[in-house]
Amino acid sequence: MSHKVLLNATEVHIALHRLACQLIENHDTFENTVLIGIQPRGIFLAERLKQLIEQEYKIKNVLLGYLDITFYRDDFRRSDKPLEANTTKIDFIVEDKKVVFIDDVLYTGRSIRSALTAIQSFGRPSEIELLTLIDRRFSRHLPIQPDYRGRQVDAINEEKVKVCWTENDGEDAVYLVKS
Amino acid sequence: MSELSVNHLLGIKYITERDIQLIFETADHFKEVINRPIKKVPSLRDITIANLFFENSTRTRLSFELAEKRLSADVINFSAASSSVKKGETLIDTVNNILSMKVDMVVMRHPNPGAGVFLSKHIDASIVNAGDGAHEHPTQALLDCYSIREKLGDVAGKNVVIVGDILHSRVALSNIFALQKLGADVKVCGPRTLIPKHIEKLGVSVETNLMKALEWCDVANMLRVQNERMDISYFPTTREYTQQFGLNKAKLESLDKEIVVMHPGPINRGVEITSDVADSGQAIILDQVQNGVAIRMAVLYLLASKIERDEG
Repeated sequence: MSHKVLLNATEVHIALHRLACQLIENHDTFENTVLIGIQPRGIFLAERLKQLIEQEYKIKNVLLGYLDITFYRDDFRRSDKPLEANTTKIDFIVEDKKVVFIDDVLYTGRSIRSALTAIQSFGRPSEIELLTLIDRRFSRHLPIQPDYRGRQVDAINEEKVKVCWTENDGEDAVYLVKS
Repeated sequence: MSELSVNHLLGIKYITERDIQLIFETADHFKEVINRPIKKVPSLRDITIANLFFENSTRTRLSFELAEKRLSADVINFSAASSSVKKGETLIDTVNNILSMKVDMVVMRHPNPGAGVFLSKHIDASIVNAGDGAHEHPTQALLDCYSIREKLGDVAGKNVVIVGDILHSRVALSNIFALQKLGADVKVCGPRTLIPKHIEKLGVSVETNLMKALEWCDVANMLRVQNERMDISYFPTTREYTQQFGLNKAKLESLDKEIVVMHPGPINRGVEITSDVADSGQAIILDQVQNGVAIRMAVLYLLASKIERDEG
């Protein structure tokens, strides 16, 4: 097993600031916009972006929810390991809001497909955008692309992209793991 | 994590504490789902479930059916009153006929104890016991313990008394197993005639004085007086039963603490429990019903995830 660093801590921070600025450019005061972190790994990125937008750019009351997609996945009873659910926490209405899905890695696009179905249980958003820290090119199974990306990566199927966060893994970094 | 150790839910006796905790954790997520504006998830869209009720039931059948529909499963219902069982068909024949229509799971209530276990040895589908005679009613016990956990934070270390007709009650037996696996202390209370001999061997204590039992407990689970199962006179009159073992406001208020009151339903108001208690804030009877749907969704979801997928 070998590790290759794709982004170190400084590079992660630069990417986060850029993504926050891009969000602000398009959503201004976030009055009609909500951020949705996709469980389980998208919530760290979502929390960081909310923090940056509120503290560095002094925009108040950015709404953030967590969406769990386990029960909406299309690989129930197809994957080898059982699917473990996580908490969904959306304590606001998404009806007529602009929704930004936030996840750490975009790979096949199937998680986002599930999230598109899942979010409908909470109302009909006026539009939905997608933000990912890492966009793995050439690996999509579905016609889904990010609106905001931290870094585009070419990786073959046997390789895995691992995003680490200080609050969960002890450091901010992105690795390419070869098995 | 995160798989059940069994392929069928035949009784609490056959599952582990870890299984129960996994069902509770999964039910937490489904409880959130059924409180959304749109209460449905597509998880079981390729699963067909047959509800086979060889004995009458309203609430359990509705609860299972709702749980199945919330999970997007296809559902067929069967009740013995209008079926070929009346014409003398055997249980295995009846079920095999239904399974040949490509059914993946069976939810069954049957008057004979062990019917689920028997069936599981002869057919392929995953089986959920929805009550077999006076034996077990596992989903009821799970939702009872889940409701205690929700109300009191944890089941471990709590004192729970089950009051009433222990002899004919599948709810009592499943509850005893479930509560003990989760670390609660269990007492049964009722007329001697309605308490099975040797029940102490299950590790429960017996109390025939309701007031003493209430003073000891954190939770009182009041069972229904099952008049339809009373083939002989187990107590002189209903009035005498109510005086000795019925729960009323005066008895509750004479305690120096507030206990939680449960009832598996349907209630005989004025017999085992008075209306003012059943409708009070101490009673969690309607929470039990709501939790029943979430628990049954969790059980069906976890069992379905163990079914081999038909690639043909």
